[in-house]
Amino acid sequence: MVEFNLPANSRIKGGTTHKAAAGAKNLRSFQVYRYDPDSGENPRVDTYEVDMDECGPMVLDALIKIKNEIDPTVTFRRSCREGICGSCAMNIDGTNTLACTKSCDDVKGDVKIYPLPHLEVIKDLVGDLSNFYAQYASIKPWLVAQSPAPPDGERLQSEEERRLIDGLYECILCACCSTSCPSYWWNSDRYLGPAILLQAYRWLIDSRDEIQGERLDQLEDPFRLYRCHTIMNCTNTCPKSLNPAKAIAEIKKMMVQRQV
Amino acid sequence: MADRGLRTPLARARGLGSAKDGTHHFWVQRLTAVALIPLTIWFALSIASLATADQAGVQAWMKSPLSATLMLSFLLAGFWHMKLGLQVVIEDYIHTEATKITCLIVNNLISIFLALAATLAVLKMLLGS
Repeated sequence: MVEFNLPANSRIKGGTTHKAAAGAKNLRSFQVYRYDPDSGENPRVDTYEVDMDECGPMVLDALIKIKNEIDPTVTFRRSCREGICGSCAMNIDGTNTLACTKSCDDVKGDVKIYPLPHLEVIKDLVGDLSNFYAQYASIKPWLVAQSPAPPDGERLQSEEERRLIDGLYECILCACCSTSCPSYWWNSDRYLGPAILLQAYRWLIDSRDEIQGERLDQLEDPFRLYRCHTIMNCTNTCPKSLNPAKAIAEIKKMMVQRQV
Repeated sequence: MADRGLRTPLARARGLGSAKDGTHHFWVQRLTAVALIPLTIWFALSIASLATADQAGVQAWMKSPLSATLMLSFLLAGFWHMKLGLQVVIEDYIHTEATKITCLIVNNLISIFLALAATLAVLKMLLGS
C-alpha cells in the first residue's frame, strides 16, 4: 500500500552550522544533506558558510571547497567537473541537476543540496544507482547486427540516419531525469524510467542495428514502458537539455505502428 | 538491501521478463479518450436541452435510435475508459500483491456491472412503452 508515514530515517533533523572565518565579506550559505546509514542516526542538514571571493562559481566548486577546507567528511561523487561524466548529479535548489554546471548565482538565498530523490542513500549526497545501471544493462545498450561489418571499414550510415540519434547520444546517464520521475519513484523495480528508455530509443532508431523488433518485444510491458504518464519532469530537469519524454513517446508510437 | 536477497541487480531488473502486452491498453485508452471528446459535448448539450423536460419528454428523446446509440456509446466508452484509468492508478500506487490483485478484480467487476446496468437503463427507455 501507499506509505503515508515516512520511514524513521527520512525525518531530517537540524545540523551544525560551520561559520566562515572572520573577515570574509562575500558569504554564501550552503545547506547540505548529511546521512550515514551505518551510524544509526537520522539525517541532518549541515550549514556551511563559504567566502565566494575565494571560491569558484559553480556549486561543485563550493562543495569541493567545503570538503577540502571545512569538513572532509562531506561525501559526494564528482569527476570531470564539466558536465560530461554525470557523477555529480544531485538535487540543488529543489531541482535535479549537475553540481558542476549549476552556477551558485542561479540560486536565490541559501543553496540547498540534497541527494537525487528516492534513491537509497549510501552516504550524504551519494545515492545507490545499482538498479539504474542494471536496468541500463538490461536493454542491451550496444549495436547488435547479424550482417557482418564491411571488411574494409565501419558500418555506414547516411547523414540523415545519423541525425536520428542527435538529442539521444548526448545522454550522460546522470540519472537526474529518472530520479525526478514520480512514476519511477513508485515503481523503479519494474519501470525502466526516462533515462533508460531514452537509451533504449537511441538503439531502436540506430540504422545499423538489426534487432529492432526484439528490442520492442523487450519493452512491450505495462511496467517497463507504459508506466510513463507523460509527467514531463524528465525533460524539465535534464541538465543536458535532452527530451526523454519525446523519446518515450516515439517508442510508444513504434509499438502502435507495428500493430496497425 | 538485505531483504532483497542475494540476486544480482541485473537479475532483479530483468525480473519475470517482458509481459509482451501493454500497447493494447495504451491504444484503447487513447481511443476511448478521443471518442469521449465529442460524446461528452453531445451529452452535456443534450442534458442542458432536456433541463426543463418532464419524464415523458426525456423518454421520447431517448426513443430516437440516434440518441440511444450515442448515449450507449458515451456510457460504454466512459466506463471502459474509467476501468483502464483506475487500473493504472491501482498498478501505480498499490504494491502489496494481494491487495493489488483484489483491487484489479473489483475494478473490473464494478466497471462491467455499471456498464451493464447503464446499458439496460438505456435499452429500457428505448424499447419500453
